[in-house]
Amino acid sequence: MTTARQRSLLPSDTPLTLLGTDGEPTTAEELPADEVLLELHRRMVVGRRFDTQATALTKQGRLAVYPSSRGQEACQVGAVLALEEQDWLFPTYRDSVALVSRGVDPVETLTLLQGGWHLGYDPYEHRVGPQCTPLATNTLHAVGMARAAQLKGEDSVALVLLGDGATSEGDTHEALNFAGVWQAPVVFLVQNNGYAISVPMSKQNAAPSLAHKGIGYGVASELIDGNDPAAVHTTVREAVAAARAGAGPTLIEALTYRVEAHTNADDANRYRDADEVAAWLGKDPVDRLERHLTSRGLLDDARRAAVAEEAEAFAASVRNRVNVDVEPDPAELFTHVYAEPTAALREQAGLLAEEIAGAKS
Amino acid sequence: MTTDERMSMAAALNRALADALEADDRVLVFGEDVGPLGGVFRVTDGLAARFGERRVFDTPLAESGIVGTAIGMAMNGLRPVVEMQFDAFAYPAFEQITSHLAKLRNRTRGRVELPVVIRIPYGGGIGGVEHHCDSSEVYYTHTPGLRVVSPGTPEDAYGLLRAAIDSPDPVVFLEPKRRYWAKDAVSLAPADSLDRAVIRRPGRDVTLIAYGPMVATALETAEAATDEGWDVEVVDLRSLSPFDDATVAGSVRRTGRAVVVHEASGFCGYGAEVAARITERCFHHLHAPVLRVTGFDIPYPPPKLEEHHLPGVDRILDAIARLQWDDEVVPARPAGEVQHA
Repeated sequence: MTTARQRSLLPSDTPLTLLGTDGEPTTAEELPADEVLLELHRRMVVGRRFDTQATALTKQGRLAVYPSSRGQEACQVGAVLALEEQDWLFPTYRDSVALVSRGVDPVETLTLLQGGWHLGYDPYEHRVGPQCTPLATNTLHAVGMARAAQLKGEDSVALVLLGDGATSEGDTHEALNFAGVWQAPVVFLVQNNGYAISVPMSKQNAAPSLAHKGIGYGVASELIDGNDPAAVHTTVREAVAAARAGAGPTLIEALTYRVEAHTNADDANRYRDADEVAAWLGKDPVDRLERHLTSRGLLDDARRAAVAEEAEAFAASVRNRVNVDVEPDPAELFTHVYAEPTAALREQAGLLAEEIAGAKS
Repeated sequence: MTTDERMSMAAALNRALADALEADDRVLVFGEDVGPLGGVFRVTDGLAARFGERRVFDTPLAESGIVGTAIGMAMNGLRPVVEMQFDAFAYPAFEQITSHLAKLRNRTRGRVELPVVIRIPYGGGIGGVEHHCDSSEVYYTHTPGLRVVSPGTPEDAYGLLRAAIDSPDPVVFLEPKRRYWAKDAVSLAPADSLDRAVIRRPGRDVTLIAYGPMVATALETAEAATDEGWDVEVVDLRSLSPFDDATVAGSVRRTGRAVVVHEASGFCGYGAEVAARITERCFHHLHAPVLRVTGFDIPYPPPKLEEHHLPGVDRILDAIARLQWDDEVVPARPAGEVQHA
């Protein structure tokens, strides 16, 4: 027998869907406002075009690697649009579309992958934590950020994005536990795209869902359709509002799918079949919202063309700006190790400068 | 406004934390058992009662969680001072320390500053059971971006901890737990630098280089060495990273002989770095090879055997005796010659 409190922490048995794959509302629950739906659509279209452009730039050798998030636009855009300016976003390496949607310069989101530096953007400018490649470590940074906000009396919330693989890492569990104990204003959004590189969910998790992992930590949990932008946006917005109101953390599992391979270096054909991919393409988040908006007369050909044009211009700008040789300054290697370079680093900087001068002479 | 008081190293650390909490609202103290219990070594005794749960608080038992959340808090403008309770208990936090705490300044090209202090009671000599006595310094000193500091005296415990908390860089603060109860005079002033070694005892014949728990042993050895006619200089490194080449090389150039002492295993140990640096800088001043006196290359032994593992006065004296005192190849240098790196 479960208590009311335990029940409130448990996710529903079936994922919350507000818009069916045909674009028709599936429940009587209220959808986001029309202008929000249109904005979700616009940002998803631009985000997808950005994603395909980045993939193309990788094939051209301009980026060392690019982890595509094609198919996961509803998660990335739906979540980011639920944040206020004072909130923080802690993304993973696969969340470049979320960053672009948050307003980060698209070329700066690619700096890490370009090889020029480890990070291109200023985390404080848009309140976006650094993208990094270890998994789940960002969950603890988000909880710390949220706890600090709580201690300082700020009304900001931290949203942390993680993948299904990251839920197997210890840091996710420590983060959920700390967040639960502290009732920290943090929202965990798991983008469950089915595979941790090649390892499927069946080898990753034995619980009824990843969302079920919240209850053990006293963290309220939701299971949602991650290809439904309305469901993602509504759920994250409510979780953020609850966190801001002092109601504590939420764990959201969004069921979605990574249409492309893990990165350009991966061969997804080795671990999944074409039928599976085709089935998921039928649940495409952009198509789904377009059907809905079109059927309601909110999206006509003119607006569709305008959004497409904006996406093309965005991609062209990214292409032009990334299609240049990056020449980072070697002297900067020593600048950001400590607040002030140590004596040893000053000496090594001098040595490198001599080597470079010698090579040029 | 400083006064000299006699206090134990644990009391000096407690006073440093209290004074830092008093001086700066952004300073937080947290970790496992640091609240009402006051820490298993009572270093945080009374702080929760005095500063309240918002400033000094217990966390779940999870080291990666403690360091990882400290990183997020520091990103949001706070200055966390966290405790790892025991040396080997810090290993679950290793990824957060090396991949994030140490590197975020670098990864973000200086935009993210993480003024976090990680206090780790470390080393042996207290009869502790397994995983309670590791000397883990090289894991941290090998990581660029971290400062690694270890006080050898109550006075340095106070001064260096205050300076560590004030530092804009992350600091791994290694507290020699076997010295927690040793008392000495303490002038309550922050150290003016986190980067400098000090000459604890001047001498002419040989430089003994030590840090943390071995400083007292080195000083004891220096006293005993006078019976053998050796005038031993003792250098207390204090800062393991960055390394103070000037003080160490200056001393060794004067004495011409050097012995490095530490508790940790010798193979790939901190002494190897010190010996290499001395050789690179002082080769033509040396009368003998630089020797290391360290713990054996074994996992930290059980309590009833630790006395055999830990370097003591006799083992260090034996090393000094091996320093080729009869070697006439190197001519004597003028007395009082002082050179700097």
